[in-house]
Amino acid sequence: MFSKKNAQIFFFGGTFLSFAVFIGLSWHSIAYEIPKQTNSAAITEDVVRGKRIWEKNNCMGCHTLLGEGAYYAPELTKVIERRGPEMIKSILKSPTPWGPRGRLMVAYNMSEQDANDVIAFLTWCGNIDLNGFPPKPVLSQPTKN
Amino acid sequence: MKYQSQKIAYLFFALSVLLLVLQIIYGFIMGLGRLGYDEWFHDFIPFNTARATHTNLLVVWLLSGFMGAAYYIIPEESQRELVSVPLAKIQFYSFALVGVVAVVGYHFNWWEGRKFLEIPRPLDYLVVINVLTFLGLILATLYKGKQRTTTAMVLTMGLVFAALLYLPGMVWFESQTLDSYFRWWVVHLWVEGVWELIMGGILAYLLIKLTGVDREVIEKWLYVIIGLTFISGILGTGHHYYFIGAPRYWLIIGGIFSALEPLAFLGMALFAFSMYRKGGKKHPNTIALYWTLGCAITSFAGAGLLGMAHTLPSVNLWTHGTLVTAMHGHLAFWGAYGMLVLAMISYAMPMMTGRKLYQNSRGQIAFWTANIGMIGMTTALAAAGVAQVYLERRMGMEFMDAQNEISVHFLIMLASASLFAFGIVLYIIDFFKYGRPVDTPSQQVEDSFIAVSE
Ligand code: HEC
Ligand code: HEM
Ligand code: HEM
Ligand SMILES: [Fe+2]
Repeated sequence: MFSKKNAQIFFFGGTFLSFAVFIGLSWHSIAYEIPKQTNSAAITEDVVRGKRIWEKNNCMGCHTLLGEGAYYAPELTKVIERRGPEMIKSILKSPTPWGPRGRLMVAYNMSEQDANDVIAFLTWCGNIDLNGFPPKPVLSQPTKN
Repeated sequence: MKYQSQKIAYLFFALSVLLLVLQIIYGFIMGLGRLGYDEWFHDFIPFNTARATHTNLLVVWLLSGFMGAAYYIIPEESQRELVSVPLAKIQFYSFALVGVVAVVGYHFNWWEGRKFLEIPRPLDYLVVINVLTFLGLILATLYKGKQRTTTAMVLTMGLVFAALLYLPGMVWFESQTLDSYFRWWVVHLWVEGVWELIMGGILAYLLIKLTGVDREVIEKWLYVIIGLTFISGILGTGHHYYFIGAPRYWLIIGGIFSALEPLAFLGMALFAFSMYRKGGKKHPNTIALYWTLGCAITSFAGAGLLGMAHTLPSVNLWTHGTLVTAMHGHLAFWGAYGMLVLAMISYAMPMMTGRKLYQNSRGQIAFWTANIGMIGMTTALAAAGVAQVYLERRMGMEFMDAQNEISVHFLIMLASASLFAFGIVLYIIDFFKYGRPVDTPSQQVEDSFIAVSE
């Protein structure tokens, strides 16, 4: 019969094995693959400053980035490609809350430098190889103009 | 209740239900924001503040419930008083203080801006000290106790691992990908790993108490279930590495192992029900039994089934970061951990106060309205999520245009949320009617069983 002892061995053995494989793969990912896939050499000081601003203001509390965050406001991974830096700069520098279609953003009233840093950060994120995310739409949209 | 020091659990339970109420209030604040009625409070409580508050209150009330449960269970299982009640009180007040300061800070932009781990760094250190004190008390009690049961060991192991896994969340990275990579060591390995040990431990304790089933049987299956949890859950972390800039092999590894994760939740549900049927005895506290069995079932639905629904890479490519995730997040957290804490409170309150409020119907109504409300919320979020995926991701509609199309689902969600909130209010009325714990419960409420006529 399957005894408590067997059950214990199953638990400790299984956990140890899974953990070892997980650590091994994580090490491989972090040491070899992620630097290539994310182009980590391109993380300049501007990008790092931009990330700090992104975190300090908790932009992730409304937006998603790399598909993570909140579902209240647009996904921003490809926003540079979608809107271009000039428009984004004016959104970030705006002294009144941005929100042409109902929902409101926080008015950040950013300086030129801060806005440029955030754009550098978003540009770096936009160039990460995300294994096909966000996917291209596959159904055609009914007539919209 | 055998030991006086178990009463310390009351403080943690009271904090827990109080923060649950606040969490719900912030849920409604976000709901109003989504419907566009936020102009009057947007300047003080923008959506990101409300969200950080909502999710952090959730985590804090669950942790408070777990700590209360541990303070209640460990003395009884190890057959001695807690080593130090004054220290436990200090631990309680400092825990509550850190929680309150964190949540207030979010209203003044004092946060880290990383989902679920918003607590600012200085407070992180206080959390660490606090949790070390808590673990010290639990471990010392266990060590000095007369016996070390498997139930107590599994619960304690869960708590110790949960504390260790808090640490990777405190490292800062320049790369957003690495930031996210290690954020999941906390968030995923908590809810789909070590918290399941806590869940297994508390459920086993409640089942032993409520069904009278033989401890040996329960504890053997407990090892099998938590074994399944770690074997699937550790490599299952890969389901968060699909699309964040990590290598492609995570699509295969994460896909396979996370698809096995529901097995652990299925195991938990089968385990609870077969113990209930084997028990052959009926405990008079049926409300605690409802929450216990409800937890086992709803966690399988919310975490197991709804997790499975979007965990395969081919599906997750489309649903990643949409309201489909929010749908799953609500039922999973509620079913697995929310109901678990409420089950523990329902069981412990009569023991600590000597009152048998489980004989009235308020508790039953609370159970059903809260759960039906939560299922309604989940369904509304599911409809919104699937519609969002089709409009925005499959057809390429702009984000805000798609959101405006699906806003009707948020009306339904808020209506269901009101029903849910009604159930919680009833639960809390009962909680306060129990009053404070007493030294010698006037009516002796022990685990007296009513024999079932077969
Ligand atoms: C309170 C919620 C909130 C916060 C916080 C927030 N945003 Fe926004 N943001 C929005 C909303 C809502 C929109 C969309 C408005 C519209 O299109 O009607 C938006 C739009 C944008 C856009 C344009 C996206 C597009 O596709 O049109 C960018 C870029 C942006 N935000 C960047 C940021 C950055 C950077 C931060 C942090 C410094 C931030 N946001 C913080 C709510 C927020
Ligand atoms: C009680 C257990 C669980 C809880 C509390 C839970 C909760 C959550 C939460 C809150 C998120 C959002 C996290 C974030 O974006 O930061 C999430 C994401 C996710 N969960 Fe779970 N979950 C549980 C179990 C499961 C299981 C068993 C599976 C798989 C079978 C699963 C699959 C997923 C997936 C694939 C995502 C990512 C969604 C996305 O790409 O946006 N979860 N879960
Ligand atoms: C009853 C009223 C409630 C309402 C109106 C509500 C509403 C919301 C809303 C609007 C969000 C944000 C989604 C977004 O980013 O757009 C959210 C997030 C969340 N809520 Fe609630 N909520 C309620 C109760 C609860 C309860 C009881 C729980 C847990 C037991 C819970 C757990 C969560 C979680 C885990 C998230 C994060 C989800 C994710 O990131 O995927 N909520 N809630
Ligand atoms: Fe996960």
